[in-house]
Amino acid sequence: MGSNEFLFLLTGLKWTVLLSLVGFVGGGVFGLAVALLRTSGIAPLERGSRSYISLFQGTPLLMQLFVVYYGLALVGLKLDAWVAVAIGFTLHASAYLGEIWRGSIEAVPKGQTEAAKALSLHYVSRMKDVILPQAIRISLPATVGFLVQLIKGTSLAAIVGFTELTRAGNIISNQTFKPLLVFGIVGILYFLICWPLSLYGSHLERRMAVASR
Amino acid sequence: MNQPAAQNTAATDAMIAMAHVEKWYGDFKALTDINLAVRKGERIVLCGPSGSGKSTLIRCINHLESYQKGEIRVGGTRLGDDARTIDAVRREVGMVFQHFNLFPHMTVLQNCMLAPMRSLGVSKADAEATARKLLGRVKILEQAEKYPAQLSGGQQQRVAIARALCMKPKVMLFDEPTSALDPEMVKEVLDTMISLAEEGMTMICVTHEMGFARQVANRVIFMASGAIVEEAPPQEFFSNPRHERTRQFLGEILHKH
Repeated sequence: MGSNEFLFLLTGLKWTVLLSLVGFVGGGVFGLAVALLRTSGIAPLERGSRSYISLFQGTPLLMQLFVVYYGLALVGLKLDAWVAVAIGFTLHASAYLGEIWRGSIEAVPKGQTEAAKALSLHYVSRMKDVILPQAIRISLPATVGFLVQLIKGTSLAAIVGFTELTRAGNIISNQTFKPLLVFGIVGILYFLICWPLSLYGSHLERRMAVASR
Repeated sequence: MNQPAAQNTAATDAMIAMAHVEKWYGDFKALTDINLAVRKGERIVLCGPSGSGKSTLIRCINHLESYQKGEIRVGGTRLGDDARTIDAVRREVGMVFQHFNLFPHMTVLQNCMLAPMRSLGVSKADAEATARKLLGRVKILEQAEKYPAQLSGGQQQRVAIARALCMKPKVMLFDEPTSALDPEMVKEVLDTMISLAEEGMTMICVTHEMGFARQVANRVIFMASGAIVEEAPPQEFFSNPRHERTRQFLGEILHKH
């Protein structure tokens, strides 16, 4: 395996990182919205967001990507592969993150909301200043765990034509007939982006734990 | 000692007026026909066995609990179910909780500055000046930069009192403020409350601290099973309780102490 092949793997790695970022950002923004709807106390919104979560947690990511890209094309809505993948990952990640954050919001003691209400803080301030900072801390291990999972899940984007890291590894492996070496390198590359994220997560956890001690 | 002129009428000059308030949790009736008028500067102590509805009563005043029947007025504002009146009432009414409920991710100073800045629109500098002044008043200014978990229970509760006072409330509600404290810390919190009373703050305190009731209350109200059973000035309440349930309750708690 020469440097050309290795460069090809690095190009795949670039796509993997970009796809992950799309999933993080889309999932983060919409996941927060899902979590807030889910804890809104307004019955139809809570029911709606619960169904949303059930739907996208209960079906495989592979199928979701497939439906968004090929399924919508069948009914005449031809999406660019990037758009399709962005939508697919956003739906998937927002359902999971929404549920993780819903749990964390509910894990913040009720007295915090009551104190904030008694101080006449309105909903936005109650969430932004009081509840979410505490909920984020509670959710960190699960959030980081899911994001790491999502990075590895981006390999499924190969189905709509992305030559990301796993797919690149596949191609090189077929050319060189050295699957063990190639996938060994692919594994190391995945590890090199996932591991720092885990480390950063525990660093954040420690820092936030100190802040509230 | 002030004698309440008309205890059970929702007088218009009353700071707080509750008239025929009733509350259910499902089938369980938590409050029955509550009538209570609290005048400006009056100090009320609410006592009664656990589950008698004392906390529920004061939590209705700032709408932490809703009620189904009757009327509550705070300073002229009739408390409805709409955000506008709830907000107006909460800006006038401070509350201190049994478990302090300080915001753990903020320093003592930030705890005190948040609400004035966010809900009264006070500038940061003014909020800080007020916070420091009131933290000084509850004798805890030197802890201003610490986080709540670094303080003792008594110190946390004094911060909670200062935090509520930063909103410049007209009424203070205390929901068993010393029940979660170690015995040696009860006094520092009670002393803070006494000094607040001496400055003329209108207060409603749910507490079993009968020494406090004797010393500062204008009226002691005894509740049982969601209803007001008896109310009287403290000397009368303690020396000559009229109702059997009051006598029984006093026997139990005074014996205990």
